[in-house]
Amino acid sequence: MKKNNSFLNRLFMVLVFVFLYAPIVLLIVFSFNAGNSNTVWKGFSLDWYAKLLHDRLIMQSVYTTLLVSLLATVIATVAGTFAAIGFYAMRRKLRDPLMTINNIPMMNADIVTGVSLCLFFVAFFGLWSDFASWFNGMQHLVRLPTRLTMGFGTLLIAHICFNIPYVILSVGPKLRQMDKNLVDAAMDLGCTWMQAFRKVILPEIKPGIVSGALTAFTMSIDDFVISYFTAGSSASTLAMTIYGMTKKRVTPEINAISTLLFVTVLVLLAIVNIREARQERRRSAELHRT
Amino acid sequence: MKNKLSHFAIPYVIWMALFVVAPIIIVVIYAFSSASGGFTLANFARMGTYAVVFTRSFKLAIIATIICLLIGYPVSYMMSKEGPRFQRIAMVLIMLPMWMNFLLRTYSWMSILENNGLLNQLFQKIGLIVLYNQVFGTDLQYFRLINTQGAVVLGMVYNYLPFMILPIYSVIIKLDRSLIEAAHDLGANTFNVFRRVILPLSLPGVLSGITMVFVPSVSTFAISKMLGGGTEMMLGDLIEQQFLGGAYNPQLGAAISLVMMVIVVVCMWVMNRFGEGEEQAVMM
Amino acid sequence: MSKELIRLRDLCMAFDDEPVLNHINLYINDKEFLTLLGPSGCGKTTTLRIIGGFATPTSGDVLFDGVRINDVPPYQRQINTVFQKYALFPHLNVYENIAFGLRMQRRPDPNDPTGKRKVKIPEEEIDQRVMEMLEVISLKGFEHRKPDALSGGQQQRVAIARALVNRPKVLLLDEPLGALDLKLRKDMQIELKRIQQQVGITFIYVTHDQEEALTMSDTIVVMDKGCIQQIGTPEDIYNEPKNAFVADFIGESNIIDGVMVRDKVVKMYGREFACLDGGFGENEPVDVVIRPEDIDIVPVEQGQLVGTVTNVTFKGMQYDIIVDFRGFKWLIQTTDHSPVGARIGIKIDPDGIHVMKKSQYSGMFGDYSSFSEEYDELDDASLALDEEESGDEE
Repeated sequence: MKKNNSFLNRLFMVLVFVFLYAPIVLLIVFSFNAGNSNTVWKGFSLDWYAKLLHDRLIMQSVYTTLLVSLLATVIATVAGTFAAIGFYAMRRKLRDPLMTINNIPMMNADIVTGVSLCLFFVAFFGLWSDFASWFNGMQHLVRLPTRLTMGFGTLLIAHICFNIPYVILSVGPKLRQMDKNLVDAAMDLGCTWMQAFRKVILPEIKPGIVSGALTAFTMSIDDFVISYFTAGSSASTLAMTIYGMTKKRVTPEINAISTLLFVTVLVLLAIVNIREARQERRRSAELHRT
Repeated sequence: MKNKLSHFAIPYVIWMALFVVAPIIIVVIYAFSSASGGFTLANFARMGTYAVVFTRSFKLAIIATIICLLIGYPVSYMMSKEGPRFQRIAMVLIMLPMWMNFLLRTYSWMSILENNGLLNQLFQKIGLIVLYNQVFGTDLQYFRLINTQGAVVLGMVYNYLPFMILPIYSVIIKLDRSLIEAAHDLGANTFNVFRRVILPLSLPGVLSGITMVFVPSVSTFAISKMLGGGTEMMLGDLIEQQFLGGAYNPQLGAAISLVMMVIVVVCMWVMNRFGEGEEQAVMM
Repeated sequence: MSKELIRLRDLCMAFDDEPVLNHINLYINDKEFLTLLGPSGCGKTTTLRIIGGFATPTSGDVLFDGVRINDVPPYQRQINTVFQKYALFPHLNVYENIAFGLRMQRRPDPNDPTGKRKVKIPEEEIDQRVMEMLEVISLKGFEHRKPDALSGGQQQRVAIARALVNRPKVLLLDEPLGALDLKLRKDMQIELKRIQQQVGITFIYVTHDQEEALTMSDTIVVMDKGCIQQIGTPEDIYNEPKNAFVADFIGESNIIDGVMVRDKVVKMYGREFACLDGGFGENEPVDVVIRPEDIDIVPVEQGQLVGTVTNVTFKGMQYDIIVDFRGFKWLIQTTDHSPVGARIGIKIDPDGIHVMKKSQYSGMFGDYSSFSEEYDELDDASLALDEEESGDEE
């Protein structure tokens, strides 16, 4: 009876995984299609990969996506870590409402975040335009640009905006788990608080920082809606480009880029996991040796 | 020293005021303004004309959430019973699609569901369509799969299923094993242990999962455009239209967004009071 | 004569090729308070879990009332367990926790003449039995509290009530008092013994605390490394340990290398002592156990042995005195004080000497050297003196 259950269970799980991966596998398979469609197989070919590399529009948006994601991740990680430390050191009464506000971009529907930022930028540009005109009119030394539009800058700000909460959510628990006496011990042994921070707090929360950064990067790469509303017409992420293409004609170049993306992510995750597993094995071997 | 450290958060607090609070305030202002700038409740009244859109979005989101629950809970439960190696690999496999872009995942279904897409090709090859025609006396060349509400629900389930699995799984995995043994010890068989111990204790994870699937589902717009063909308008499409689409009416869009935010606040409140595991769910 | 209720027959258990239980043979009687005693990793908890049905032995049989129950799942055994960390259901209050097992039970319908239909226990009976249990554990009025609103001791009593309310034939207790503070632990030990005698069922108790075992048990099973070392009453185990391990684990013991000259005479340090044991071979090497409280300190001239005091610690009830006898340190517990460095004689009554066969444990225990490192230099000086005076027999 138990064996039967186990088989059915495994079967169900396998079916779910098949469901999750079938579309992706099909995408990958058809990226090697010699023909022009996603439904009719015409033979093996690497044409689409070649065409992909030459397609300026797609490559530009890949570049934009990677740049925005990396920049936003780095900035968000640094800012988020400091913010998390700041929150950790606050009194509960002050921290709770601030944390609630912090969680809003995470919990809110993407479209609401995108829309609100879009409105904010528009309003801000309006005000700026007035201010710049007035300022330019007042003097002739510095000429401020009067017309600001949405573009890479606003896109970056938006990404940083929804990335920081994930970093804070990742670093925060590590701070709470940290033994409070560690910092006191460090200071007792002669560290200034800056040194204590560097030598004691940072190493303790490093796993949280790393996982927060990874999460932020994932969220940036994955995003479509928020980018759609805050990139304006001058910048375009990969998702936005694909969306534009689906309205007209889609070529299997999309499949090619999907495959590349998938393989890259797979390799990255595999490396991370193998490293983790190896560290675990080393650690338990050391324990057993003693 | 702790006091000094709390100053670290000041730059971020300023950032939040600028880019989180201020935008929301602006949305609220827009929601209550008319095109000429005065205060009005007309926007909310106009939302009434779109009641169909509201009900459609809610209906589809609820269906998608239920399906995710029906699939996600058993998967989480079964995963929790496997060995640590399987669990680790399974976790990676479940999260891997999340690393690919949301749009790509949705796009991948288009070619499968198209009229002469892969599924229909399969149905043709195995003679299912001919059989269907014989049974129902119809004259179909293919099943209409894409550009239906069903396709939209499928897209939602596909994209958000991991968000249901992760919180439930992370709560079940943390359950004290001795509670299950105690229940067995007191006479509960496997079914009763599940019903009386595991299920009630996993409810916080279920609530988190429901929130994390329902909110994006009810507000989606790309999925409905790509898989729904744009014929069945949903809340996300409606909002997008008001800002970047044909009907330019940011005030109305803001009003709808405000309603969406209220829904999210309610979900957040429920999750805070009863939910658990959402932190783990958004982490690796 | 109580009847045999549980029999473990040649039980072996291995986890991933690591042997945990080694041919365990044991029988347990009805209404008995039996304790499995031993250090961490000795296999006592594994044995308990096998009896409870939470682990399946690699080989061997578990018999309950003569019936082999190896394959019977826990929820079908007439056995209940009190878990180490209580395992109270956090989402249920005290009443529902205790009632849990009762709600699971199905028994033949009294209205059904064939006796085949099974019904639940009626609500009134559940209520009556739960309230009765609350009375027994003195927690009346706590029905609606959740476990996290109870103290450790209260949680513990709820765990016991939850198990006992089902009227099992056997109650298994897995180190239930470990998380309580000392005073509460001692009170609970008495309480548990009282409950066992009042309810009149078998208790199988697991602990590593030998004092606890001595206090509560009718029978103690001493285990080490997956094997049973000795089974007996507390007095037997204490007074007549079978080997050096048991002697050391229970109470404090001095264990000295000796030779059994003949019945009732054992030789230590080259000197013969009268004792009460016999049945050994002539001149058989043996381990001699002498409890610290059985040693009298006498003036040097009257002593059977002479040594130097290296360490004195005041313990309240008595002094712990470490004495060096030719490099081997003894522990003496006495109410008389002797100054450090003094030369003293000791005298042991014949019934204070207990002789055991040599075993794998010989030489591992019984030396109290670690108690007095700092007086090593003193030892060297007095060792020379000792050798000179060892000629003195009386």
